[in-house]
Amino acid sequence: MAAILEVRDLRVEFPTRRGTLTALDGVSFDIAPGEVLGVVGESGAGKSMTGAAIIGLLEPPGRIAGGEILLNGKRIDRLPYEQMRRIRGKEIGAIFQDPLTTLNPLYTVGRQLVETMQTHLPLSDRDARQRAIGWLEMVGIPAAAQRVDSYPHEFSGGMRQRVVIALALCAEPALIVADEPTTALDVSIQAQIIALLKRLAREKGTAMMLVTHDMGVIAETADRVAVMYAGRIAEIGPVRSVVKSPKHPYSVGLMSSIPPLDRRVAQLSGIEGAMPRLSAIPQGCAFNPRCPHVFARCRQDRPELIETGTTRAACWLYDPASEKRAPEAVQHG
Amino acid sequence: MLAFVISRILQAIPVMLAVALISFAMFAYVGDPVSIMLGQDFTEAQRQALIRDLGLDQPFFVQFATFIGNAVQGEFGLSYRLSRPVAELIAERAPATLELAFCAAAVALLVGVPMGVYTGLYRNSWLSRAFLTFSLVGVSLPTFLIGILLILIFSVWLGWLPSFGRGDTVQLGWWSTGFLTVSGLKALILPSVTLGLFQLTLIMRLVRAEMLEVLRTDYIKFARARGLANRAVHFGHALKNTLVPVITIAGLQLGGIIAFAIVTETVFQWPGMGLLFIQSVGAADIPVMAAYLLLIALVFVVINLVVDLLYYFVDPRLRAGFGAARGGH
Ligand SMILES: Nc1ncnc2c1ncn2[C@@H]1O[C@H](COP(=O)(O)OP(=O)(O)O)[C@@H](O)[C@H]1O
Ligand code: SF4
Ligand SMILES: [Mg+2]
Repeated sequence: MAAILEVRDLRVEFPTRRGTLTALDGVSFDIAPGEVLGVVGESGAGKSMTGAAIIGLLEPPGRIAGGEILLNGKRIDRLPYEQMRRIRGKEIGAIFQDPLTTLNPLYTVGRQLVETMQTHLPLSDRDARQRAIGWLEMVGIPAAAQRVDSYPHEFSGGMRQRVVIALALCAEPALIVADEPTTALDVSIQAQIIALLKRLAREKGTAMMLVTHDMGVIAETADRVAVMYAGRIAEIGPVRSVVKSPKHPYSVGLMSSIPPLDRRVAQLSGIEGAMPRLSAIPQGCAFNPRCPHVFARCRQDRPELIETGTTRAACWLYDPASEKRAPEAVQHG
Repeated sequence: MLAFVISRILQAIPVMLAVALISFAMFAYVGDPVSIMLGQDFTEAQRQALIRDLGLDQPFFVQFATFIGNAVQGEFGLSYRLSRPVAELIAERAPATLELAFCAAAVALLVGVPMGVYTGLYRNSWLSRAFLTFSLVGVSLPTFLIGILLILIFSVWLGWLPSFGRGDTVQLGWWSTGFLTVSGLKALILPSVTLGLFQLTLIMRLVRAEMLEVLRTDYIKFARARGLANRAVHFGHALKNTLVPVITIAGLQLGGIIAFAIVTETVFQWPGMGLLFIQSVGAADIPVMAAYLLLIALVFVVINLVVDLLYYFVDPRLRAGFGAARGGH
């Protein structure tokens, strides 16, 4: 089936006083209808930036400086604000990280649902309200018919994220961009929220770009995974391959650093050093200062995504033209 | 809700008592009402009689209590200067001041809020820069200078608007209004602009700062991500969230407008309470000054109460723990 979202060679720049920073460089991936693409990587890798570029809400002065984004085969990265606005909410829904700050404190949740639906769908006030109640039920808010008139502060964090999910889905978009939807929540609630998201996406056939730190969530939810590093995609492929037998040395470190109990990745324990700042991304492979397998070519040429058999990895180890080095040299975690 | 209003009124009582004490102290210890009222020729017997009539031979607390009792009934005695009941003088002058303050507040809000929203939304446009420069002028030029400049331009040079007075007024019961005649309305323009300009620039800068703050919040980004129209995002979600601080400041400023109408009324010879107060100060007319002081204190107390009630309607989070504290965020 044709991809619902195609990102081609996306490049995002931030002009600053001290020169232009390249926050995303050569990012390419597809998402098929109904597919869940997990996006992982250390903090600052460019995951949120990718999501913001897709929904057309990069914060100025950030701008798309190259590449293209296609939704159902149509370019959306150059659309005038008003046209892109009609796509947001209607065709691409967004879920943000912190449900405590995502809802307008002065409007009831019902009103926020109604205004979102009425922006995109021709609904009478009464129908919209009925649907709002229906959505609250669907995301598991008890006594939805009463709670529809409650204000956000009257809900717990987990309940608020359910409301946010209802808001993202209420105009039935074909694609959801969920940026760490459970990071701000209590650990005990995270699994419920992910389960809800997964269930609704499956029921509605919604494709999803799911940014998360939680490898457990990725393993359970995603169909494919993209690993990001310093504004680039390091590796992308089916979830089993990337999680179980990663090929890119950075992915290997990322997967092996998953602590067995709390599966969240704060720092890469397996790999020395830190991700470079945008102003100091090294020449060649961005990962080369930290890479245990670095060789001469890595410091000169930048690797494109290369077929590894199971995944595609941006690593010279897998280029047949590189001086021969056995991929088996990469230690799995 | 009712409990909240009552508790607020109870809280205001000490404030009012303190102001009353100051007013009373002016009565009792500033100037010598007896000699002022008696004039040049009097006998000792007349003097004693007047002291008894005025209750000045009573102990302090009795005098203070009597003063408060009278004040509550709007009874402030006779003006030394005009020999007429103070309450009557103030009632005569109040409509002029209140109409002026109303127009000034309307100018400040109806112009200041949109300008603040505009400069917040379009930070870098040349018009925003022009507004901000203009607001610096409004904040830094003293009121009397602005008034005189306006008179110079619009009355002296252009001859469009009167330079002093209220124009023709119409009597509605005890209320004299300038709203019903052309000359009354024309006379309101320059003083209202003069009086409201400072508040206008203040409100504009406040709304701008709050808008900039609110526009950075996640819920505004999320409102955009939901595809809401700009109008709904800016004027529904963003502006409404700036209202709590704006109401606070605007409320206090309204009190300020009434209290500081003195300067504007003097510049434009506007026959309001402020002008009455200045004339009373000149003549050491203590009863009028005391009554004016109390009235202004009352205005501030009432405005504070109204501001608190407005919070109640604007911000649902405050509704829950209402009465306990305000602005707890
Ligand atoms: N307004 C900005 N100006 C300059 N750089 C920015 C800005 N916002 C984010 N960045 C940079 O862009 C990079 C990617 O950020 P982000 O997408 O938020 O990372 P992630 O979501 O993966 O943690 C980071 O290095 C961050 O410092
Ligand atoms: S390209 Fe070289 S430095 Fe980069 S990950 Fe592969 S081996 Fe390491
Ligand atoms: Mg992020």
